[in-house]
Amino acid sequence: MLQTLAKRLLTVIPTLIGVVIVTFLLTRVLPGDPAAYFAGPAANAESIEEIRQSLGFDRPLPEQFISYIGDLATGDLGNSLSTGQPVLAEIRARLPASAELTLFGLLLSMAIAIPLGILAAVKQGSAIDHACRVLTTAGVSLPVFFTGLLFVYVFYFLLGWAPAPLGRLDIFFSPPPDITGFYLVDSLLVGDVETFRAALAQILLPALTLALFALAPIARITRASMLSVLSSEFIRTARASGLGTGKVILGYAFRNAMLPVITTLGMVFSFLLGANVLVEKVFAWPGIGSFAVEALIQSDYAPVQGFVLTMALLYVALNFIIDLLYSLIDPRVRIEA
Amino acid sequence: MTSAPVESSSVPTSPLQVSHPAGGSRFGETLKHARYVVTGNPVTGFAFALFVIIVGAAIFGPAIAPYDPYASDTAAALQSPSAAHWFGTDQVGRDILSRVLVATRLDLTIAVASVALVFAIGGLAGIAAGFVLGWTDRVVSRISDTIMAFPLFVLAMGIVAALGNTVTNIVIATAIVNFPLYQRIARAEANIRREAGFVQAARLTGNSEFRILLTQILPNIMPIMVVQMSLTMGYAILNAAGLSFIGLGVKPPTPEWGIMVAEGASFIISGEWWLALFPGLALMIAVFCFNLLGDGLRDIIDPQRRT
Amino acid sequence: MHRRDFLKSASAATVALGATTLPLPWSLAFAQSRSESLLLITENGPNNLDIQGVGTNRPGYEVSWNCYDRLLSYGTKTLPDGSLSYDKDKIIPELAESWEEDDEGITFHLRQDAAFHDGTPVTAADVKWSFDRAVSVGGFATVQMAAGSLKEPDQFEAIDDHTFRIKFIEKNFLLIPDLAVIVPGIYNSALVKANASDADPWGLEYTKNNVAGSGAFKVDKWTPGTEVLYARNDDWKCGPLPALKRVIWRTIPSAGNRRALIERGDADVSFDLPAKDFLELSKEGKVKVVSTPISNGMWCVELNVTKPPFDNKLVRQAVAYAIPYQKIMDAVMFGRAKPLFGAESNVADSIAWPRPSGYSTDLDKAKALLAEAGYADGFETEISFDLGQGVVSEPAAILIQESLAGIGIKTAINKVPGANWRGEMAKKSMPFLINFFSGWLDYPEYFFFWCYDGQNAVFNTMSYQNPDLDALIDAAYATHTAGDMAAYETAVKDMITLAYEEAPRIPLFQPYLEVAMQNTIDGYSYWFHRQLDYRSLSKGEA
Repeated sequence: MLQTLAKRLLTVIPTLIGVVIVTFLLTRVLPGDPAAYFAGPAANAESIEEIRQSLGFDRPLPEQFISYIGDLATGDLGNSLSTGQPVLAEIRARLPASAELTLFGLLLSMAIAIPLGILAAVKQGSAIDHACRVLTTAGVSLPVFFTGLLFVYVFYFLLGWAPAPLGRLDIFFSPPPDITGFYLVDSLLVGDVETFRAALAQILLPALTLALFALAPIARITRASMLSVLSSEFIRTARASGLGTGKVILGYAFRNAMLPVITTLGMVFSFLLGANVLVEKVFAWPGIGSFAVEALIQSDYAPVQGFVLTMALLYVALNFIIDLLYSLIDPRVRIEA
Repeated sequence: MTSAPVESSSVPTSPLQVSHPAGGSRFGETLKHARYVVTGNPVTGFAFALFVIIVGAAIFGPAIAPYDPYASDTAAALQSPSAAHWFGTDQVGRDILSRVLVATRLDLTIAVASVALVFAIGGLAGIAAGFVLGWTDRVVSRISDTIMAFPLFVLAMGIVAALGNTVTNIVIATAIVNFPLYQRIARAEANIRREAGFVQAARLTGNSEFRILLTQILPNIMPIMVVQMSLTMGYAILNAAGLSFIGLGVKPPTPEWGIMVAEGASFIISGEWWLALFPGLALMIAVFCFNLLGDGLRDIIDPQRRT
Repeated sequence: MHRRDFLKSASAATVALGATTLPLPWSLAFAQSRSESLLLITENGPNNLDIQGVGTNRPGYEVSWNCYDRLLSYGTKTLPDGSLSYDKDKIIPELAESWEEDDEGITFHLRQDAAFHDGTPVTAADVKWSFDRAVSVGGFATVQMAAGSLKEPDQFEAIDDHTFRIKFIEKNFLLIPDLAVIVPGIYNSALVKANASDADPWGLEYTKNNVAGSGAFKVDKWTPGTEVLYARNDDWKCGPLPALKRVIWRTIPSAGNRRALIERGDADVSFDLPAKDFLELSKEGKVKVVSTPISNGMWCVELNVTKPPFDNKLVRQAVAYAIPYQKIMDAVMFGRAKPLFGAESNVADSIAWPRPSGYSTDLDKAKALLAEAGYADGFETEISFDLGQGVVSEPAAILIQESLAGIGIKTAINKVPGANWRGEMAKKSMPFLINFFSGWLDYPEYFFFWCYDGQNAVFNTMSYQNPDLDALIDAAYATHTAGDMAAYETAVKDMITLAYEEAPRIPLFQPYLEVAMQNTIDGYSYWFHRQLDYRSLSKGEA
């Protein structure tokens, strides 16, 4: 097994190289001129040209690429124009916020979608089955920013149920000590229930928006997987032996059906990491997504490069973990390997 | 009347295994099966009817729109839905119903063009990779992996930001972002069939590998690709909407659902809900329809793969 | 909405989640500290705490204004509608208690008791170092100093610990007003020098993230992109102690959310809302809306005279007659701006500025002028604007596009992302812009110096170079400095008339700076830099 894992790592390297090259090229092709930004509001064409030379933007692309690789090797991801901070520091500060939101959204989605999928599979063809399909498809048919804004309008502005969309915590709470960077986890670890409740109240609405988007794929794959397991021989035997329905469905069928669901979860998670950017913008969530979007609009390419590289690494790590999980759960995979 | 389902787990020995009862043509068979599926599953039937309406709106929209979608009328700005303006007016007084109708054509164009493009490049690259294997396979797979390693929406944003926000570039960005998915599906399907009986027969009769690829393999992957294409059409429209929200969508004053929702979103809080709701509904109905249609198509092609 | 009610509703939500309600003493503590802090929300936050830094954005100016002192400041006056504004004609002492002007320069006598946030006393040595810095760092700061003829470190001298002298290199009436703008802040030179390096002799990296000032407020914590937390400097001596003990400045990107927060009372002050929201908020009456015309500021259509056919005056005038001015006022600004069109003629009869042009919407006249210029069939061009100002420029562009189509001019719309806008302006390649400019120093010749003068500054987006106009601008400066007001008036009137006749810039309207705040907030004052001054604000009981 170690051999296969090592082989997987090797195939990952060309991907990472590809990501680095594409990011570099893409950001250099972006319109906009950081030199003009640095030169200041009253600069004219000559002073901008001077700044461009001093910053090295006039050197040929291959030269710039070499220095970029060199910077990467030392962990220097450059500086952001829009916040003025080093990109690495920004990413380190903001990544937990995005990760917490995405994970919470995923968990919320699973909590709704998996029971729904099981129900739809068990009652195949019924009204519930159709309702499940309609509901989940509807969730994925609206643009995610629209859903977010609607939620803010209805639950905050009209009903007052949700707290003000001011970010991760209300202004009068200070963040819990930085152990994992996840406010929900950290506040519980130190026993600070007030902060936990405040953080929970703030994260609910954005997580719900994200969750709506992930409902469809998870529910579908659960349903399909359950269906194929439910029609298999060993389930028939279990039923014929007189085992109760509950035990059959949850004890046997579900556990066997989970494998494809886990693979899909990985895919959904990385998809959510991308959809994240719009949700963060709507809810003023201080995450890495909104940071990258702002930077991209302003042609501030150091953060965009940093963001993309971070996401690529995360994605690779995630697939790795899923492969590991898979081989742990499913003995067949192990034997084949 | 039932035709045997196409099983991809075993190597098919002839293309599109369909039994031909005496007196029936293959097309007639498919049609009968289609009608069976559509009427058997009310949801699919509903989606199909919706699809016809959408295509109708795309074709006839500009003709039946009550007002010129570009004509401003500031005296009538921000009026709520009324008899004169069924969907109300926007902030420069343009009729929203007319704009939603006319936008159907553009959004459908974006959807279809994106899907056609990604099928062309992804499908062809995929079948080449799965059929020829070797270095073609390795290179294509690495390209797919590289694209997939990016957060897809950010990649689309980056491409549009770099190339400029025109409809063409939005289509290109959507196609690139969906390339890995199509390439992988096509590759898997081509790979299964590369040693199939009918392919070997074609080789024996002197067809070049390239010709086999186009005339034998490609038609056989069509069914599963069509399902995916239907789903991607919905995604293409949502992608354009997301890009509009951050300012990288189509240029004003072009009517397009996504940009209308994005602009209307800032009016929700002040109570002018109609600017965002109607294009939002149109968008949702279209994407919804494409998704359900994809499901229905999947039932026609391979009932065992129903989700 | 009161803080306690909000807490109750938040508690209700958490009850639904199976938690217990917050105990009462906890919410009392919140209520108390809430009345001593101000929650300010805007679309963007600072990217640098120092206005003299590289690439500092507008929000960064606000931090510098409130956390650093200057030698002088402007007084306050009351406007006709009862709101407060800075008084450009009244210079008041800040760090300098008194000053004397002679033929060669000005001598300033500094306060004896002013100290920096770390307790170090403010001395003339700090003032000299700060002025040297301002004229040496380059970028916007240095350009702004130069506008007041403050250009060389040799001009500045620390005579003793509390006496500072500026030597004139030329006479310029703008010198004293320029001392009261944000740029010449006084920095704690010992602190900054200790954190400087050979590569960064002025300590720009340090002041980017740290305040080294003596101002009324200090920055407790800055989370870039999210919030700035200010605390009052209880030892501030340069004026009456501010009423606010804490200011919290949060970045909320979504305009709809900003409006929701203000309406529900969860935020105290909001700038950056669309005109329509301000109109509705002021009508509802739940919150206070203060609108002040932006001094020396205009939205204009700017035509690049180096790009044909805009090199032809008749074409420019045709465009001026084809703009749907009133439609823009109604649908874009909702009437909340001062119209700058439709005057009797382009001839200026006073030096009041900004002033309406003689153009109005007259499509027949426009068509006739086009035909006369030889473009009876129209032509094609592209309208560009700053996406960062898109709330105003985009609908305006759509209306202008539609109207121009009526006389045969076909246009495409080009949205330029915010941070690229300056770069694009510097390139001077855009033929047709919708743009806004306002000058900090409220004199018409100042506006013309930046926007029309043949020196072709970046703000002269029209690339307009007319020696006759330059002569008038110079004359205006000279006569103003010399104090010859009669000649000054003539020069200014001629200057405006010529510019409007030539029409490289077509005025649209003078916008308002609008702020929405809770009814408990008092003391808001309009400043030329359009940022918020926390020193005069107070918050009453809810």
